[in-house]
Amino acid sequence: MTSELTEPLLSVRALRVVIGGRHILHGVDLDVAASGVTALLGRNGAGKTTTVRGILGLVPRTGSVLLGAEETVRLATHNLVRRGIGYAPEDRGVFASLTVAENLRLAERAGAGEPDYPLVHELFPELKTRARQAAGTLSGGQQQMVAIGRTLLNGNRLIIADEPTKGLAPKVVTEVAQVLERAAEAVPVLLVEQNLALVRRLAAHCAVVADGRTVHRGPAAALLADADALRRLLGVGRHDAGTPAEAQPRTALEPTAPRPSAADEDRPAAAGAGKAAGTANTEATP
Amino acid sequence: MSTTTPTAEPTRQEAPGRARPRSSPSWLRRAGRWWPGVLLLVLFVAPYSALQVPGVFDGPIGSPGTLQLLALCLVFGALATGYDLLVGRLGLLSFGHALYFAAGTYATNTITLEAGLPFVASALLGLLVGAVLAALLGSVSLRVTGIGFSMVTLAFAQAGSILVERDPGGITGGEEGRAAPAQQLPASLVGIQHTANLYWIALAYLVITLVAVHWAVRSPTGRVWEGIKENERRVEVLGLRPYGFKLLAFVLAGTLAALGGIVYLLLTGGATPQTTTSDFTLSLLVMVVLGGSGSRWGPLIGGVLYTWADHRLGDLAGSGSVAGLPAALRVPLSQPMFLLGAIFVVVVYVLPGGVVRLPGHLREARTSKRSPG
Amino acid sequence: MATIVLLTCTGLGLGALYFLVASGLSLIFGLMDVLNFAHGALLSIGAYGAWWAASGNLPGAGRSGFGFVLAVAFGTAVGTLAAVLLELAVIRPLYTRPREQILATVGVGLAAPALLSAIWGSDARTFPGPAALSGTFPLLGAAIPVNRLVLVAAALVVLVALRLFLGRTRHGLVVRAGVEDRAMVTALGIDVRKAFTLVFAIGGAAAALAGALGGLYFGSVDPGQGTSLLIFAFVVVVMGGMGSITGAAVAAVGVGLVQQFANYYTAAGLGDLAVVVMLAALLLIRPRGLTGRLA
Repeated sequence: MTSELTEPLLSVRALRVVIGGRHILHGVDLDVAASGVTALLGRNGAGKTTTVRGILGLVPRTGSVLLGAEETVRLATHNLVRRGIGYAPEDRGVFASLTVAENLRLAERAGAGEPDYPLVHELFPELKTRARQAAGTLSGGQQQMVAIGRTLLNGNRLIIADEPTKGLAPKVVTEVAQVLERAAEAVPVLLVEQNLALVRRLAAHCAVVADGRTVHRGPAAALLADADALRRLLGVGRHDAGTPAEAQPRTALEPTAPRPSAADEDRPAAAGAGKAAGTANTEATP
Repeated sequence: MSTTTPTAEPTRQEAPGRARPRSSPSWLRRAGRWWPGVLLLVLFVAPYSALQVPGVFDGPIGSPGTLQLLALCLVFGALATGYDLLVGRLGLLSFGHALYFAAGTYATNTITLEAGLPFVASALLGLLVGAVLAALLGSVSLRVTGIGFSMVTLAFAQAGSILVERDPGGITGGEEGRAAPAQQLPASLVGIQHTANLYWIALAYLVITLVAVHWAVRSPTGRVWEGIKENERRVEVLGLRPYGFKLLAFVLAGTLAALGGIVYLLLTGGATPQTTTSDFTLSLLVMVVLGGSGSRWGPLIGGVLYTWADHRLGDLAGSGSVAGLPAALRVPLSQPMFLLGAIFVVVVYVLPGGVVRLPGHLREARTSKRSPG
Repeated sequence: MATIVLLTCTGLGLGALYFLVASGLSLIFGLMDVLNFAHGALLSIGAYGAWWAASGNLPGAGRSGFGFVLAVAFGTAVGTLAAVLLELAVIRPLYTRPREQILATVGVGLAAPALLSAIWGSDARTFPGPAALSGTFPLLGAAIPVNRLVLVAAALVVLVALRLFLGRTRHGLVVRAGVEDRAMVTALGIDVRKAFTLVFAIGGAAAALAGALGGLYFGSVDPGQGTSLLIFAFVVVVMGGMGSITGAAVAAVGVGLVQQFANYYTAAGLGDLAVVVMLAALLLIRPRGLTGRLA
């Protein structure tokens, strides 16, 4: 079950998260390879987003999180991030009332060298033309570009992208995938993703969480080739009775497969995401 | 964000609980179960006592001055207990509880004065006014949640306070307040020689409040309150509407406050605008947090301690012993509110859970010292 | 006509006071979710600081000319310092306990005015303003007290300065972003707690300035002054939208004018009543008034 990673960049062991007296994570183990894309998979509510938020210290956590050789579990979020992490959260975390340029400027970091605007503008020319537009008026795809653009400014050691293709139109999904692929050539990426086609295309390694713990770690290709394991771990493949109905729409096998809500969601996101992101756990297992 | 291993937590909590029954003799345990009754009996016979408690009270316990202070302590202990129904049991941070207390005082006093009704009839009407006001304003305030609820209750109470200060038609007496008409009150409730009767009324008010609050909290409704405090959405999932349950608590707490206002009217012989201010509500909040919010006896203890300290510190400030102190000590000591506010902040920090949690904290500290690691 | 002009100017002066108090409250609540009940105390501290300095206790400060400017600056500085201390010593250790943060500010809000009355007595003290500011000037047939003009000018300066700070500086950018989503700001590698101290300093400075200039407006200082202004400042904050400086400015002017005109043309006190009822009504109509973030 364990993948043979030599010298992982990020090594998570026995990560536990308790929010409001409820155990959300019971012990997640995860290695992010020092190059390429590592995918974090799991059904809805399995604890993927909480794992990422736990790694970053956005929720109270215990366990061990090694970045390189350094234990970071006691670090405050901003100190950990300054060690070279770019984070594109699930809800994109774009500041709606700020302009595109201001959103990017917030991600600039003193001491991280000159911010790499040429790269961001090359990958997302739209961010340059829309620099003075309020981010809240952008489409979902454009907001995702802002979110990913912020992670590329600083020459980070690690990029964490939480469901970057969620709710995007198929064409935009392809665009985002290309950018992630290119980013991963230079920087290792931890990718939370439901879109297995995208995982197949990008990820070399993967880990699967279920009910707040790691249930599988290994090469991504091996898991994706194993229909039984896919059905058992992620509930996808055959539409058999054991598959939870709610898991189906968002675990499409192909990026072009019509997803019921995809087109609807690709509109200017509501500005009301608000501070809830700071406290709510979006993936609580009931 | 601590890295405490999960096994360390339970052992620390279990240890004192296991140790206590084994070490205390059985008679002590039996006494422990009966102490509220014993205390009630002691409080009941207190007016007959000539005991001197130097430093705590000026005169003997049975003297009118001490009884008056004791009665005030009981009234505020009860008032804080009723207020904590909202703050501690439901997590509703109301900043307007003074309004219902003052409604009881002012309505009763005004009805007695203006309509010339006998006091008991006025008091019943005053209580009704308090209950109706709480139902009315509660039903409106509870439409918003969180800090919005606090602000709406604050606004309503402030409106009441402004009304009272502006003295419409001369019925509230404005900034001076209005004295209760001695000739219309029962003779046994007027005059310094009858302080004991007022004390017993205050005691009765306390008992009524404690019984009402404890009964309500233990009822099925009380269990829903507990659920609302923990997680309102989960109560909704069960198919219950939190709004109605919250309103019930609001009206109960408001009615109890109005009753307290009536007792306060008798005790102090008049209605004063200070009881309408937001500072009055804030002092109730201080009492509740000081004693221990959400606990059975905490608000009572907090209310009694606060009221006693407020009066004694006030006396102390005026006494010669403080006047002789150097300025650095004399200045803060001359203002009870400064000390109480400062103590409050300290309690919020070092004693979350209030004074009632103090024995538990001490026990914990002792246990962890005895068995380090 | 003269009455209307006078009422308008007085209302604007009062609105200026409200704005100075509410702008800080609004920023603090918007960014930190802390309803600062000690904000009125900060105003009182500023008022007493300026009064103390202007009464000849601070060398160089006095009741006229540059001496008075120095006195006001001193009061503002003391209030700012008190606000920073409040954030560092009282609010920050309770970072993970938001409810206790509010309770702690309640405690400070009770204790600080009490300490002021302990030191200088609970009675109002005459505020020594410069003669140039205690007179009136004619405007459209009305005699307008000069101090109203000073207040409005100070509020305008603060409004412009705050807008420049929020719009043009990186710290301002962090504050605006933090008002929207604090967690995401930290996830970008920014220590948002520095912004907390900063908004407390800014809010404290504005409130203390309101106190120092409020002494001119009311002609006296007393320990409870700030607390009684606080509730009206709450109204302004809710009306203007949390975290919105421009909103606070518009709402402050509205509240000040409504209060003045209603108090004059209807029964005295009805204006105050109208304003607090307005607070309740607004929250009920727009329950998200407290969370609608405009920046």
